[in-house]
Amino acid sequence: MKPVAFEYCRPETAAEAATLLAEFGFEASVLAGGMTLGPMLNMRLVRPTAVIDISRLDELGEIEVAADHVLTGATLRQADALSSAEIAREVPLLARALPHVGHFQTRNRGTLGGSVAHGDPAAEIPLALVTLDGTVQLRDARRARRVPAREFFLGALETARRPDELLVGLEWPRAAAGEHVAFAEFAERHGDFAIAAAACRLTRDSAGRIARIDLGLGGVEARPRGLTLEGPGDVEEVVAAALDGVEAMEDRSASAEYRMDLAAVLIRRVVEAAG
Amino acid sequence: MSMVRVKADDRHRVSLTVNGRRRTGHAEPRMQLCDFLRHELGLPGTHVGCEHGVCGACTVLIDGRAQRSCTQFALQAEGTEITTVEGLAEGETLNRLQAAFRDHHALQCGFCTAGILMSATHFLREVPAPSEAEVRDMLSGHICRCTGYDSIVRAILSVAGEGGT
Amino acid sequence: MTVVEDARDEAPPWVGRPVPRKEDAALLTGRARFIDDLAPLPGLAHAAILRSPYPHAEIRAIDAARALALPGVLGVVTGAQIAEMTETVPSVVRTAPPYRPIAVDKARYVGEPVAVVVAEDRYLAEDALDLIEVDYAPLAAVTDVMAALDPAAPVLHEALDGNLAQRRDFTYGDPDAAFARADRTFRLDYTFPRSSATPMETFGLVAHFEEAPARYTVWSNFQGPFVLHPLMARALRVPGNRLRLITPPASGGSFGIKQAVFAYIVLLGAVSRKLGQPVKWIEDRLEHLIGSSAAGARAGTVEAAFTEEGRLLGLRYDNVANMGAWMRAPEPASVYRMHATAGGGYDVRDIAISNRLVLTNTVPIGLNRGYGGPQFYFALERIMEIAARGLGLDPGELRRRNFVAPDAFPYECAGGSKLDAGDYHAVLDEAKRLIDYDALCARREAARAEGRRFGIGFAVGVEPSGSNMAYVSLAQPAEERARSDQKSGAAASVIITIDPSGRATVQLCSTPNGQGHATVAAQIVADALGLEPDDVDVVTDIDTQRSPWSIASGNYSNRFAAIVTGAIQLCGERAADKVRRLAADALEAAPEDIELAGGRVRIAGVPDKGLPLARVASRAHWDASTLPDDVTPGFHETVMLSPDVLGPPSDDDRIASSVTYGFVADIVGVEIDAATGRLSVESYVSVHDVGPRMNPAIVEGQVWGGFAHGLGAAVMEELAYDEAGNFLAGSFADYLCPTATEMPELIVGHVETPSPQNPLGAKGMGDGSSMLTPAAIANAVADALDRDDVAPPFRPMTLWALANGREVRPPAPAVRDDGVPSGPDVLSGAGEVVLPRPPDAVWRMLIDAEALARLVPGCERLEETAPGRYRGEVSIGVAGIRGRYVAEIEHTSREAPTRLVLRGQARGALGHGGGGGEVRLEPVGEGETRLSYRYGARVGGKVASVGQRMLGAVTETLIGQFFRAFAAELADEAGEATSFWRRLFGRSDPS
Repeated sequence: MKPVAFEYCRPETAAEAATLLAEFGFEASVLAGGMTLGPMLNMRLVRPTAVIDISRLDELGEIEVAADHVLTGATLRQADALSSAEIAREVPLLARALPHVGHFQTRNRGTLGGSVAHGDPAAEIPLALVTLDGTVQLRDARRARRVPAREFFLGALETARRPDELLVGLEWPRAAAGEHVAFAEFAERHGDFAIAAAACRLTRDSAGRIARIDLGLGGVEARPRGLTLEGPGDVEEVVAAALDGVEAMEDRSASAEYRMDLAAVLIRRVVEAAG
Repeated sequence: MSMVRVKADDRHRVSLTVNGRRRTGHAEPRMQLCDFLRHELGLPGTHVGCEHGVCGACTVLIDGRAQRSCTQFALQAEGTEITTVEGLAEGETLNRLQAAFRDHHALQCGFCTAGILMSATHFLREVPAPSEAEVRDMLSGHICRCTGYDSIVRAILSVAGEGGT
Repeated sequence: MTVVEDARDEAPPWVGRPVPRKEDAALLTGRARFIDDLAPLPGLAHAAILRSPYPHAEIRAIDAARALALPGVLGVVTGAQIAEMTETVPSVVRTAPPYRPIAVDKARYVGEPVAVVVAEDRYLAEDALDLIEVDYAPLAAVTDVMAALDPAAPVLHEALDGNLAQRRDFTYGDPDAAFARADRTFRLDYTFPRSSATPMETFGLVAHFEEAPARYTVWSNFQGPFVLHPLMARALRVPGNRLRLITPPASGGSFGIKQAVFAYIVLLGAVSRKLGQPVKWIEDRLEHLIGSSAAGARAGTVEAAFTEEGRLLGLRYDNVANMGAWMRAPEPASVYRMHATAGGGYDVRDIAISNRLVLTNTVPIGLNRGYGGPQFYFALERIMEIAARGLGLDPGELRRRNFVAPDAFPYECAGGSKLDAGDYHAVLDEAKRLIDYDALCARREAARAEGRRFGIGFAVGVEPSGSNMAYVSLAQPAEERARSDQKSGAAASVIITIDPSGRATVQLCSTPNGQGHATVAAQIVADALGLEPDDVDVVTDIDTQRSPWSIASGNYSNRFAAIVTGAIQLCGERAADKVRRLAADALEAAPEDIELAGGRVRIAGVPDKGLPLARVASRAHWDASTLPDDVTPGFHETVMLSPDVLGPPSDDDRIASSVTYGFVADIVGVEIDAATGRLSVESYVSVHDVGPRMNPAIVEGQVWGGFAHGLGAAVMEELAYDEAGNFLAGSFADYLCPTATEMPELIVGHVETPSPQNPLGAKGMGDGSSMLTPAAIANAVADALDRDDVAPPFRPMTLWALANGREVRPPAPAVRDDGVPSGPDVLSGAGEVVLPRPPDAVWRMLIDAEALARLVPGCERLEETAPGRYRGEVSIGVAGIRGRYVAEIEHTSREAPTRLVLRGQARGALGHGGGGGEVRLEPVGEGETRLSYRYGARVGGKVASVGQRMLGAVTETLIGQFFRAFAAELADEAGEATSFWRRLFGRSDPS
C-alpha cells in the first residue's frame, strides 16, 4: 500500500505554489495536512505527477480578525483553530464543529483549508463555512478570487477550485451580538464522517421567535447545503424549508429515507439547542 | 532557503532530530515517514497498522504533536524533532506512563501500544487532568483489538494528576 | 478478587496473583521484535500480490511483460506457475475441491491472489502490480449462503455439482420423540454475518528456499495449529523436516486469524523457490481485510422442544455454513467446534444437527476468536430467549431449570463432550446479583412506560477449551474415518532448562500473540522452584528445527490455560524433583524433606540449613560424574502431555472435543433511540467460571478483549459483500471496529470451580465473551423492539428500520423490467438538464459515436462496433481520483427521438462496474430539449472496497457532470459559452 512515484515540491511562498500548479495543473496534488490525501496516495486512488507540499507555508497558517470576518489561512491546523481564543469568540460555530472533525491525532495535522478543498459531503468544516455563508479565497499564478462557500461545493469531492488554483484562505463571518449557534451530527462512531449533520446560527426576536436563521445540512446530499431564512415561524417550518428538494444520498450505512429522518432530527436538535 | 524540488526517483538526504539525536537518512519523495523511521533509521518501535491514517499505531510526536506517520512523507520531516516510543523511557527505566501501562495491564499484544503512548504523552501535556470522557475521546483515534480499551483509560488516568476528575 | 495475605510466614504462591507481565518492558519501549522488524537474511527482496478485482472470473491470460521490464523488478510468478511447483492442500471433506493459495484458471473471490511480484522494495513491487495485464472474463457470482444453494446459482467449482460441498446429518438420542412429546416447540430462522478479528499486526513472512537438499526456511507470524505444518510441507513437496518454520519473538495479535498465513507460507515459499531469492512479504491492511480470512457467515434454523414447565427436551439445528470460496484447512472445524457440546450448558439428550457446508464467492473462512461459538450461541441462546417469552418464564429462570446440575459433573453431553466442572446456577446468580436484575427489570418497565425502547438480554454457555485434534474428522462419515489413520489428543510440550549459572529458562510451543503466556509460565515455574517470576526466562518463539513441537502446538481454542499450563506445572514439578534429589544429596537429607523457597533449597523445619538453588541445580552441569544414581546429567526437563480425556471419535459420531469447559453468563440492558437507531448498552455484566485464575489481570484483559470483539460483531463489524460479490469493507473506514468511545462499561464477575483436568484447576478462557456477547445483545435488541427477526450487525440504520417498521434492506429485484438495475448496494440516481437543441438534434448526437466522442468529457476514443454497440476509452474522476476506463455500451431500446435505454460495463485500474440507464427527451421552450435520466450501477474493485461511503455521491456527481458537460458543450458548439468542462476532462490520466 505505497504511493506511486511523484515529484516532491515544497514552495516557499503561496505564489510559488500557484506557479507550480500552473505547471502541473491536474497532475499535481496539493498536500496540506494530508489527512485525506495521504490515505488516497497510499491506496493509489490518487496518482499525481507532483505533490506540492504547502504544509509549511507560514503565510497561510494565520488567523486574522478583520472588520466583518475572521480569515483563517489554508494551512491553519484544526488543533490550532480549536485552541484559538479568537475562533472561540468570533466564530463559535466553527469551535463547536471542530471537536467532531476526526480525532485528536488527525486534528494535530489536518488543516481547515485541506478539508474545504477536498469537499467531502459529510465534512464538518465545509458545513460550518456554508452555514455561516462564508467565503473561500483562491488564487492562481496571476490573480486571486473569492467564491461564496455556498457556491464553492459542486458535488462529492467536486469544488469550484480550478486545477491551477490554490485555496489560500477561508473567510468566516464574525459572530454578532444576540446570535446563537449549534452544531450536531450523527455518525456511526465518534470521529467518523457524519451520516448526517446540521448546524445553525440564529437570532431570536424579543418574543423568542426565530427572527433569522442560517442553517446548514451536511452528509445528506453530495454537497453541504446552506440556507438563510428570515423570520421562520417555528422549528417545523425550518425543517420543511431545509429539506425542501433534498434528495438524500444512499450508501450501505444509510438509506435515503433514514438520512432524511436523521436530518430532520438533527435540524430540530440544533434549532432547539441554539438559544 | 529556496523551494525544494525532488525528482520522483531521487533519493534525497533528510536531516532531523529523533529522540534527541541528530539523524540523517535518504528517502525518495514517496517514502512514508513510518517506513523511513523503521527501515531507514532503524527504529522499528513505531508500528504500521493500516497505512490509511485510521488505526493510529504509527503515531509519533512531530515537533511535540502526536501525528500519524503513515500519511506523511519522510521529506516533510526535514528539520523536525521527532519522538518515537524508543525515546520515552528514562534511561533504562520505564517512564511513568509506560509503567502505568504495565501496572494496569493496558497492553496485550503491544502492537498498537507505541502509538497510544505517543498520543497520550502529547495529550497529557495539553490536558494534564483529563476526565475519563476526554481520555476516551483522545483514544478514539486508535484501534486496539486486544484490551477493550478500559485498562488503557485507567492507565492514562492514573498518571494524570490524582487519577483524573 | 481474592486478597493476598502478606502477613503469612510463607510467601503466597505466584499463581493466582496479578503479576505484571514479563512481556511488557520490551513492548513499551519499542524493543519487542515483530515479523516486519526482522531481516534474518541479506539480500531480501519484497513481494506484492496481484489480487482479483472480480468475485468470479475466468483468467484467460496474464501479461507481465511491462512489469518485468520495470527496473528493480526481480520476477513475476503467476498462479499457473505456482500450480506446477506445488501440491494442493486437501480438505478433510473429501468432496470439497482441494485448496490452492492462488487462482489458476479462475478467480473465485475478490482479493484472491492471481500473481506475485518480487522487487527490490515494496514500492517498486506495487508499481509492477499496476503494469500486469490480466484478461479476465467476469462470471456471475454468489455470496449469500442460501442463494448459493439455489440450483440456478453460479457454480464456483465445476468439479462439484452445485455449491454444496457437503451435507452431514447427525442424531443424538431421539429428537423426533422429544419434539413429539413436547408441550411447546419454538423455531427461529436466523442469519449471522461475516466478521473478522483484524489484529493490529497483519500477516507477514520471510520465505527462503535452499537447494541440495531442497529446504524451505520461513519466518512468519504463524500461530498454529501446527497440524497445518505437514500440509504446508506436502504442498511445497518437501518432507516435514525440510520445512523449517520460525516465529518471531512478538506477534501483534491474532485471535486465530493468523492461522491463515499458512496459505502465504506455501505461496511465497514457492515464489522464493521459483525466483531463487529470499522474499519478504508483509500483508497490508487492505489485503488483510479483503483476502486474509474471516469468521464464517451462517444461516440456519434452530428448533427447541419444551415441556410446559420449561424443561428443554430436544434441539434441532439446521446449520448452513458459508465457507467462502474454498474449504481451507482446518475448516470445516468452525462448524464442528461446538458440535459435541450442542446442548451448551443445558442438560438435553435429544439433539438433531444438520450441517451443510456451502462454497460462495467470498474469502475462505478460518480461525477467528470464538471460532464457531458466536454462530452457535446465536442460535441456541436466541431460541432460549424466544422460548422463555413463549412459555411466560423469566429468561434466567428458564435457563436455570435446564442447567446441568452442580452435582452432575463430570457430565457427558449427548454429543460426547465431557463437561469437567461447574456450577452454572451460581454463575447466573452472580450475574443477576451484579447487574441488580430486579432493578434492571424495573428500569425496563419505567422506560417502556415512557415509550422508550429498553430491552434485556441473557446469554449463557460453556466455553470449550483445548481442542481434540480429532474433532474436525466428525466432518467425515464414520466409515470414511475408519479408512484413515486414527486421530486423537492434543499434545502440549514444555522444556525447563537450568543453565550452568543456575538460571531457569522455560521453552513453550504455544505461540502467544499477546496473551501473556510467558508471564503465567514464569509464575507457575517460580512456584515450583521457589523462585521469583523475574528469575525465570520464557522463550515463546518456535523454531520447528529446535522446538519440541507437535501438531497441536500453537495458540488457539484457549489451549494455553487448559492444557499447556498443566504441562508447565508437571515440568516444573519434575525440575523441582531433580533439584530436591540434588539437594538431598548435598544436604544429606531425604528428597521429600527438601523445600524450595526464596531461591534456596532447605530442609523442611530447618530453615537455616540451606543452599542457593542455583548452586544445587548447576551441579548437574559441573559435576556430572558424581551425581546421585537417579539424577541425569545436565538440566533440561521436558514434558509432553496430551489429556487422556481427548479420545478418538466414536463410530456414532461422539467425541470429547475439548478438555475443559468454562462457563459464562452475560446479562445486558440496552436502549434503542427509535429516532436515530442509536443503540446504547446501558448495563452489561459478564460472569465467568474459568477455574482458579492464574493471573487475574490477564483474565480480566481477556474478558474485556473478547467482549470488545463480541460487541463489535454485534453492532458494527461486517465483512460485507454486495449481492454481485463485490467486496465493500476494504479499509478501516469501511470495516468499523469499536474504539474507546464505543465501549460501554463492562462489569466482570467470577465464580471459580476447579477443573479436574488440569493440575492447577485452570480452565481455558479468552473466547467466552466473544462467543456470547452477540447473542446477549441480540436478545436485548429483540426484547427492546419486541420482535424476533433481528439480525446483527445492529447498525443504526438497521435498528432505526426495525424500530419504525421500515424495510431493513430494500427489496432485491436485481434488474427491473426496463433494464435499469436497482436494489441493495446498487448506485442509482436520476436527474435532468435542459439542452439548447431540439430533441431530434440531441437524439442524433446521442447515438452518433463521433459526436459523442467529441461531447463526452474525458473521452479518448469511442467507436460503434456494431449497430447500437459502442466501445470506448474514457478518463474520468473527481478530485485527484482519476482513472482511465474501457467501456462497452449497448443500446437495448431506442425510441427516436424520445427514449433511449442502454446498458454497459466499464473497467479500469481503480475498479469496474456495470449497469444501465434510461434517457428521455422532451421538447421544451423554443428549440430546446429537457433531457431526463436515471441510472443504476454496481461498482466493484478498489473504489468499491475502500470508498463505500462516497461511491453513491461520487457517481451522482460524475453522472451529473457528464450531462452538464454535455449541455455546456452543446452550448459551446452553438457559440454560447466557453467550456471549462473540456479543460477539466480534456487531459489524459497521468498513469
